[in-house]
Amino acid sequence: MELNRVVITGRGAVSPFGRGVDTLVENIWQGRSAVRKMDEWTTIQGLKSLIAAPVPDFDCKGLLPRNLRRTMGPMALYATIAAREAAEDANLDQELLASGRTGVAIGSTTGSPHAYQDFYESFLPEMAMEQIKSGEFFKMMGHSCSANVCLTLGIQGEQWAPASACTSSAHAIGLGYLLIRMGRQQIMLCGGSEEVHPTVTGVFDLIKAASCRNDEATRTPRPFDRDRDGVVCGGGSGMLVLEDYLSAKNRGARIYAEIIGFGNVNDHEHIANPHEKAMARAMLNGMQEAGVTPEEIDYVNAHATGTVQGDPAEAAAIDHVLGKTTPVSSLKGHIGHTLGAAGSLEMVILLEMLERQEIVPTLNLENIDPACRAINLVQNRVGYSLHTVIKNNFALGGVNASLVLRRAVS
Amino acid sequence: MMSEEELRQKVVEVLAEEFELDPDIMTPDATLYDDLGLDSLDAVDMVVVLEKTFKMKLTDETALRSIRTMEDLFQFLLKLQPRA
Repeated sequence: MELNRVVITGRGAVSPFGRGVDTLVENIWQGRSAVRKMDEWTTIQGLKSLIAAPVPDFDCKGLLPRNLRRTMGPMALYATIAAREAAEDANLDQELLASGRTGVAIGSTTGSPHAYQDFYESFLPEMAMEQIKSGEFFKMMGHSCSANVCLTLGIQGEQWAPASACTSSAHAIGLGYLLIRMGRQQIMLCGGSEEVHPTVTGVFDLIKAASCRNDEATRTPRPFDRDRDGVVCGGGSGMLVLEDYLSAKNRGARIYAEIIGFGNVNDHEHIANPHEKAMARAMLNGMQEAGVTPEEIDYVNAHATGTVQGDPAEAAAIDHVLGKTTPVSSLKGHIGHTLGAAGSLEMVILLEMLERQEIVPTLNLENIDPACRAINLVQNRVGYSLHTVIKNNFALGGVNASLVLRRAVS
Repeated sequence: MMSEEELRQKVVEVLAEEFELDPDIMTPDATLYDDLGLDSLDAVDMVVVLEKTFKMKLTDETALRSIRTMEDLFQFLLKLQPRA
């Protein structure tokens, strides 16, 4: 069976910097941090991490009609706006979107935490359903983002919603790649979405994995840095249009990159601890599928969230697979850890790096931790010949995903 | 005790806000589904909003299902109002 080649032809983003790919890219290239002190969280008992990178508030009434918004929590709203931008960027007309040949794969950790809060605030005091609005369930369900995107854009192809916490959107991209590769779909809108909520940060806080640098918000998280102290949660949505190469060529679409490999492996040793051998296997599987050698990998966009355990494990895995010279950086210092959106939102930026032939350094990396020093960590923005790159994403629960991308399409 | 006019105004006010409608189009003969663009999910939310506004339970499902226009809704609610 001959497999199709899969390329990326559109990008969309809602990020902690605001709406749109241009806004995200501009702020990243300026070296800015979107992390801020969450003063509204100071009354929450037991929450020690009071920082996050939320999407700035915006008025959505003019963007989407009420009958669409009524079933959207913040994450579905972000996903829908990002998906629309990606579809426009790829010049997908309504006929193509509704053809049944275009599908959707959009992941998130859970449904909307704000919707859960609203539901249980109403339900729990009297154990009563009477005041609960009809839209609440549609905001809470695990496929809220994908369902609302399909409804808004008139998608009639396959709908998928991979939920694997911090690898949700990496899985969505991997799944879209597989579906197009085997010819089930011509085009896939793929990505993830997430919203900042104190209970989400609280979960990381609980397991001692959240940053508590509350008084220097823009100096954390600090991936690979000696003084890192954990994750800072972010919100937003990254969306990519994946397309069969021949379809893209026939349409005259702009091609950002080709996806040439997808490694996706589990480790079974611990539900929460990272596992460097599994990380290495994910990269190796992706490279094997892509048919590339370690010498051909020009750059790794690391998952590196700034946790004490995760960063050295990833550095060791990269060292094992690629050696000490391949440039590596993480984008978590700029936008925090956007969890289910991280894979796709960071890939939007990675595509810009491929376009500009520049590597964005890790923000807040000032003193490289000796435990991470084995690899080539980029600390200044540098021009670089980027052709074949790896995007890593790992998740609690033992999930390890690596996507391999190639810039030029011959 | 709310007068009939006050009740009509209150219904228009709360439904206009809930469903982002222009009060001017919410005339007595306007149909909820065709003219105002509401649907079955909105009908559920309409009951939630009205129960909260008027602090009463709207439990007559048959009567609720028969409501077609704003005037039908006004009359349904007026019948439930305690007499002065």
